[in-house]
Amino acid sequence: MAEHLDSTGDFPIRVRGVKNVFGEHVVHDGLDLDVRRGEIIGVVGGSGTGKSVLMRSIIGLQIPAEGEIEVLGSTITDARDDEDIDIRSRWGVLFQGGALFSTLTVAENVEVPLREFYPEIGDELRHEIARYKVLLSGLPAEATSKFPSELSGGMKKRAGLARALALDPELLFLDEPTAGLDPIGAAAFDSLIKGLQQTLGLTVFLITHDLDTLYEICDRVAVIADKKVIAVGTIPELLATDHPWIQEYFNGPRGRAAKDAQNRNDAAKDAQNRNDAARDAQDRNAPTGVVDNRPAGQA
Amino acid sequence: MRYAARHALVAPPFIPHEAGLMRAQADFTLDGGTLAFSGPMTVASLGPVDSRLRAIAEPVDRIDLGNVTRIDTVGAWTAWHLSQRLDAKVVSCSPEAERLIAAISKADDNRVPVEAPRLPVLERVPAQIGDTMIGLGHGALQVLGFLGQTVQSLGQLIAHPGRFRAKALVHQMELVGVNALGIIGLMSFLVGIVIAQQGAVQLRQFGAEIYTVNLVGRLTLRELGILMTAIMVAGRSGSAFSAQLGTMKLTEEVDAMRTIGVSPMEALVLPRILATMLMMPLLGIYSAALGIVGGAFLASLTLGIPFLTFLSRIQEVVPLHDVWVGLLKGPVFGLIVSVAGCYQGMQVKANAEEVGTRTTSAVVMAIFMVIVLDAFFAIFFTEIGWG
Repeated sequence: MAEHLDSTGDFPIRVRGVKNVFGEHVVHDGLDLDVRRGEIIGVVGGSGTGKSVLMRSIIGLQIPAEGEIEVLGSTITDARDDEDIDIRSRWGVLFQGGALFSTLTVAENVEVPLREFYPEIGDELRHEIARYKVLLSGLPAEATSKFPSELSGGMKKRAGLARALALDPELLFLDEPTAGLDPIGAAAFDSLIKGLQQTLGLTVFLITHDLDTLYEICDRVAVIADKKVIAVGTIPELLATDHPWIQEYFNGPRGRAAKDAQNRNDAAKDAQNRNDAARDAQDRNAPTGVVDNRPAGQA
Repeated sequence: MRYAARHALVAPPFIPHEAGLMRAQADFTLDGGTLAFSGPMTVASLGPVDSRLRAIAEPVDRIDLGNVTRIDTVGAWTAWHLSQRLDAKVVSCSPEAERLIAAISKADDNRVPVEAPRLPVLERVPAQIGDTMIGLGHGALQVLGFLGQTVQSLGQLIAHPGRFRAKALVHQMELVGVNALGIIGLMSFLVGIVIAQQGAVQLRQFGAEIYTVNLVGRLTLRELGILMTAIMVAGRSGSAFSAQLGTMKLTEEVDAMRTIGVSPMEALVLPRILATMLMMPLLGIYSAALGIVGGAFLASLTLGIPFLTFLSRIQEVVPLHDVWVGLLKGPVFGLIVSVAGCYQGMQVKANAEEVGTRTTSAVVMAIFMVIVLDAFFAIFFTEIGWG
């Protein structure tokens, strides 16, 4: 992980004093936010508080009227072109509807960023990369050669995630990844994100309305209200504040239900972990740094 | 290891990332059954060495990742894939590499093609030709079916006149008719000038320059006015119908209408078809009038025929049935243009590209059918004595 830190330090995203205005309507005014390396930060706020606008500002699709945004060590708000391109190969974005290119198959969608940034990669390797990314995103193998119009909503999101992960980014932006998914699909997507984040060492910027997602996978939660980030912290820390919106959000009927579910899950996980630990102690070899795929006896 | 970024927001010096300007490349050595990688094994660095790795045929026993500075899933994939192909062991991986390879090995199912299935060329070409022919046959039937639906919903509308959408009709009439006045007027005026000028040059050889009036008057009123208007309306409004309805199909607006109990035929298609059929004869006459004005303008400038004399001669030399011919063709051409546009739009199903191809076919189909029917009308009207 040390090499990952090169020029970008502990905060891959730093937002300072951002002001976004649409005509007369001020969306953000003096918004600050720091995202720590390796965390999943959940961004919440009422409808129309500018969560997506904040994401679009960070990824350079929306130029703020005032303020400064630093992503992976360079200032997005006035980045030079060459820098810009460099940063774009280091983040992945999952838009709300997946935003897949409708005339390309799923795997070809994943290949688009690879072709764009690394044309020297041969066809064979590129196809292989596209296929394993699709599988890593939890899609069945048959989905690789399907067109987006042949996929369900949840599969589109997974395909969008595969494209976002195409370049092994350090930063992943997710705009309401579980919106519109059934509870089972949403829970599976949550654990997929958590698993990928841990395996790939990602920093995840996640916009969501889904309280279960917040409890389940977010390390910290940033709350947008009154045109700025009014609080950032773990959910217990947020619960300790007395801002009425935060109280309403987490202590409303849905918030309490999600919390109860979380408590039940934790209890179940503890039990599971105890079992796992016991089994591991029995039959797990010490880590050797060796991956041996050969059948036993041949080694 | 964690440095930098404790400073306030002073822009840090720009250090090119490995993916950017100065890329460190991956490399490997093959020595007595040990394949040793060095440098970063990432998506940015593995492209150039990949073909050499694929060419390795010697027996390899161990794949050593000890000197790898950085690894991502592409590096893990490369190592895993090699170890599978060469039946080798991956040794001295960092914990990160081990974790990534473990994740990748679960996603190894590389027998599925990336592209959508495609037949070989020898089968694909005849198949395509066959599909196109069958498609043409089906298309013709479907257009007829669509026309039938239109007539049917027109019948229902006559039975329940309260459901008639006057506002939508007026709006479409504005879009199809009023908004086209400028461009059709300019085009007709210029074409009138061209006909008069070219006609005068030819007729001068017989000393019959005065017949330029007949030429301009009869040609614009009978043929060119309505024909050019139809082509212009096909390009302006037929394409717009197809693109609008196609996009509405994609965004499920049409389905939403159906579930609410609003018939898309009544709400979307009929106003467009009626508006085009109503506006087309008016635009045709308008176009013919401006063509004549263009001819008169040129005649007054170069042929020495005064402007008003030209116009009064028109009254004498153009038989009234020429005006009727132009007027009668108007609604028919309007029907063709609007049905082609609406039909193609309502056929959109899959994706954004289809909206484009459907719009193109709407315009091509409309213009083609208009010209075919125009030829038919030319013979028909002559035969019935309106020569």
